[in-house]
Amino acid sequence: MSILIDEKTNVIVQGITGRDGSFHARTMVADGTKIVGGVTPGKGGQKVDDIPVYNGVKEAMDATRVDVSVIFVPAKFASAAIKEAADAGVPLIICITEGVPVMEMVENYHYVKRKGLRLVGPNCPGLISPGKCKIGIMPARIHKQGNIGVISRSGTLTYEVVYNLTTAGMGQSTCIGIGGDPVIGSNFIDMLELFEKDPDTAGVVVIGEIGGEDEEAAAEHIKNNMTKPVVAFISGRTAPKGKRMGHAGAIISGGKGTPEAKIKAFAAANVPVADTPDQIPGLLAERVK
Amino acid sequence: MKIHEYQAKELFGDYGIPVQEQVVISKPEDAEAAMSKLGNFVVVKAQVLVGGRGKAGGVKLARSPQEAVEASRQILGLTIKDIPVEKVMLAPAADIGQEFYLGLTLDRTEKQLILMLSKAGGVDIEELAVNRPEEILRFHINPADGIDEAGLNRVLEKVFETPELIQQAADTVQKLYKLTLEKDCSLVEINPYALVAGNRLLALDAKINLDDNGIYKHPDVEKMRNPEEYSADEIEARENSLSFVSMDGDIGCIVNGAGLAMATMDIIKLFGGNPANFLDVGGSSNPQKVLNALRIILRNPRVKAILINIFGGITRCDDIAKGILMAMDQIDIKVPMVIRLIGTNDKEGREMLTEKGFKVAENLSDAVKQVVAHA
Repeated sequence: MSILIDEKTNVIVQGITGRDGSFHARTMVADGTKIVGGVTPGKGGQKVDDIPVYNGVKEAMDATRVDVSVIFVPAKFASAAIKEAADAGVPLIICITEGVPVMEMVENYHYVKRKGLRLVGPNCPGLISPGKCKIGIMPARIHKQGNIGVISRSGTLTYEVVYNLTTAGMGQSTCIGIGGDPVIGSNFIDMLELFEKDPDTAGVVVIGEIGGEDEEAAAEHIKNNMTKPVVAFISGRTAPKGKRMGHAGAIISGGKGTPEAKIKAFAAANVPVADTPDQIPGLLAERVK
Repeated sequence: MKIHEYQAKELFGDYGIPVQEQVVISKPEDAEAAMSKLGNFVVVKAQVLVGGRGKAGGVKLARSPQEAVEASRQILGLTIKDIPVEKVMLAPAADIGQEFYLGLTLDRTEKQLILMLSKAGGVDIEELAVNRPEEILRFHINPADGIDEAGLNRVLEKVFETPELIQQAADTVQKLYKLTLEKDCSLVEINPYALVAGNRLLALDAKINLDDNGIYKHPDVEKMRNPEEYSADEIEARENSLSFVSMDGDIGCIVNGAGLAMATMDIIKLFGGNPANFLDVGGSSNPQKVLNALRIILRNPRVKAILINIFGGITRCDDIAKGILMAMDQIDIKVPMVIRLIGTNDKEGREMLTEKGFKVAENLSDAVKQVVAHA
């Protein structure tokens, strides 16, 4: 098994006729994902390869079963795209787009949540359950099917960690990029709960970074609720205070969000924090039965 | 993005938040003309994008045009936390009865706005939060619901004593909230929010931080951008769509992806080196970007070695290799370069570079150890 997505998941792509949307729709199809449609307003009736394009999410939902919508539209249209997917009732909405203003995300977060739906992202690489389904932009071939769950605020750093796992012979159940922004749809705890329940996940890697207090909350949750072993990595230990380090959420302000606080919280939860990504497989191997 | 106090007060003025008249000057002699507008007792304040102006001598009172010119001259000669003062703001000196604090910012954990308020205004609020946290009251605002006015009044009653002041403060909070939503602010702060003659509450200081992601919507705010917030390299990097932060070490870094870029700096430090910069070339694979990145990094005379760390996803390693080779043709690179390529088209990229005599690493820790040995 895996969490959130598997070989039966039906996916639509919002922004499928755009440069990024069409490129990644094709790559996802090549990686085995069931893309059942795309959405671009005004381009309904067209096709991208064999994928039918609809004018709206609702129109796509009326035509076929949709489990997930993945959003590739530019930042200024992202909030409207998220709300459109939520209005249509798509159970899982994944927003890849980077650069969505935080105040819009605060509104989007509550909008989706109050409809009982799930949002992942924005500013994230998406999800992959290796060998089953990939929804996002990560290179599928560095992954391998297995029993390790990965949750990360980053993109390429996640690839680095996954590459080290795969090279060490440790496959993954599902890898999720939750996004690098200050306000994101799903946090570490939401994903840890799913991995704890998933019978085919034996251990979890949490890849955090400076900024916010989600890692501290995750550590507390692991201490109280997780029976499966967790290994962590924190990036940004050398970052200067008050500067935004690429990700909008990666900033230390007002004494909060420091790497020290996060490492301390994980230590208190008995979660080892790796110094380098290549230490992670070893730390997992010692703990996963 | 940060803006100056006087710029924040201009925005406050646009939203009807009570502020004083102000004049901004960059030449001391202009203080005399300012006085004729503001009256004969003024405060002169340094306009810099860092805190702690008062302690650094950046705030002075003046009771005559001569004093105002002299105070301006002194403050304009200051350097506060490495930043030279280029502008001062003059405003009428207020007769302050009591100082309060009002701040509105994002609570990332709750995904709501949080209003912070205190009777102990006029002091360093971060210090207050650590030493006397009970003196800061908090009130959440969920933009999905708007302000709960009854709830807001209950918390204002704990800070402000008369219905008249509560009414003024409630009005200011409503306007701060509107400003925050409409201009995509990440922090709006009034410290002190002062009670002055005539039983009026005034924003005697103002601080606004803006969300970089929202600035494209607000050309008026974009015009307020202050070049001194960033180093020259950071500005050039932004113009070239590179995410860049200057650091004080000697190993230049070019990485794709912010998380990996931070982790690369951390590992350099772990193995005894010091990063000269954070640089994310982004998700595209335009060879020109690599060339621009190398140009910016090499302008820093401290840089003794360069590490290029690429994990190809959308970024193709052969495009990165192309960029490196382009740079070799166009710039004279005298420092050693360690290159690590892995992921999409890494084989092609590695071949292109090894043909020209480069050694290309696969493992990140190995690459970092090599570059630290060169620096």
